[in-house]
Amino acid sequence: MNALNDSLIELIRRTSVELPDDVNQALIRSLENEKKGTIAESALKIIDQNIVLAKRKSQPICQDTGSILFYVDCPVGFDQIHFEETARVAVTEATKKGYLRQNSVDSLTGKNDGTNVGPGAPTVHFHQHRSPEVSVRLALKGGGCENVGAQYSLPNEKLHANRDLDGCRKVILDAVLQAQGKGCGPGILGVCIGGDRATGYEFSKQQFFRKLDDRNPNAELDALEQDILKTANELGIGPMGFGGKTTLLGVKATAANRLPASFFVSISYMCWAYRRQGVRLGGAGEITSWLY
Amino acid sequence: MISLTTPITEQKIRSLKVGDPVSISGIVFTGRDAVHKYLHEGGALPPQVNLRDGIIYHCGPVMMKEVDGSWRCTAAGPTTSIREEPYQGDIIHKFGVRGVIGKGGLGEKTLAACKADGCVYLHAIGGAAQVLAECVKKVRAVYFLEEFGSPEAIWELQVENFPAVVTMDSHGGSLHKEVFAASAAELAKRL
Repeated sequence: MNALNDSLIELIRRTSVELPDDVNQALIRSLENEKKGTIAESALKIIDQNIVLAKRKSQPICQDTGSILFYVDCPVGFDQIHFEETARVAVTEATKKGYLRQNSVDSLTGKNDGTNVGPGAPTVHFHQHRSPEVSVRLALKGGGCENVGAQYSLPNEKLHANRDLDGCRKVILDAVLQAQGKGCGPGILGVCIGGDRATGYEFSKQQFFRKLDDRNPNAELDALEQDILKTANELGIGPMGFGGKTTLLGVKATAANRLPASFFVSISYMCWAYRRQGVRLGGAGEITSWLY
Repeated sequence: MISLTTPITEQKIRSLKVGDPVSISGIVFTGRDAVHKYLHEGGALPPQVNLRDGIIYHCGPVMMKEVDGSWRCTAAGPTTSIREEPYQGDIIHKFGVRGVIGKGGLGEKTLAACKADGCVYLHAIGGAAQVLAECVKKVRAVYFLEEFGSPEAIWELQVENFPAVVTMDSHGGSLHKEVFAASAAELAKRL
């Protein structure tokens, strides 16, 4: 009980204060690539300093510590109820320690009780597998980037987007254009083609657990990812929307089956403060290794 | 880097142009969604909160209460400003605000208010909560903590050398408008 609680608090702490190495490296490359003396370059320099400072002080990279999204891979027979109860306690304790902002508001009354626990907060997604391993992934997704996510229903006449991959490309790039700097770029896109409205967004978010430098095993999706990344970075939106060379750090896409009547393209935007981590847990709930 | 110290004169604000990097010192008041809606609906500011010639910061900080009852700011980056677009122009006009710190920019109504009343939009770096918290030298007071909760309260912050960029000036200039138009044109070539 205590070991699992401690492990989850440490997972929350590290996710909130440290960027994963693949993201850090991508930001350093974008800083080197940006035109010297521009406000885009100075924005990336401040971002760079911020990453170092957050880790050193063990304080949140961003004050918006976001929606708390747990994804648990577990064997058959794993006690999910116990896990969820422990996760809620860990979230409350991590909030008291200042790893998380008091960030959860009752949508009807407007009250914020300061615990970060309530209906839908945190969310825990379980996935059973045949292996005995238990792993827990966590994403903290801020509101600024969540607000610029978008879901398109094809065909979209205004954007001349039909029900094909070219139509998908058009709406994804429109989402990048509309987001400008509002989602704290340079950003990362998670995309799902197909599914119902809820599944589409859910699958788009799961893409954020891929590493930035991986490649999509599906050739068509891989080509789409590379094309969107290249094209978005030619638009000149730049860090924070200041103008500049790096608009996106990555694009990750998946597809889900759809109904004949529906063709949704769901796009989730992750800010540069791409807080994702994961751990493998031992039998007593202790952390045995880190996933990112 | 141009220094801005509160209270700020209209003349100083009128001298600023889109793209100018600035360094802000003095007092800033945080205020975001709940505060803007409240003020827009005719709500009164506490008597201690004087926004005239001052700065509103769109920010919901992380605050830790010390044993002596004082507050320590441990994370304080900007929140997305566009949600305040329905309210911001009126609030600039009514309260005599000279600067709005946030991220992502605001729209036409606010741009018009900046021009008419002499105000600028100061873009801070989104997500840079630690660099910006280091610029907060003192948390002087908090208002509406019970009513709105910590992220939505009005926090009175003493800041030093807080970095930002002017992205909307008092002459009708908006970097956000420029970048949107230029990027839309680039995208059109690639569809």
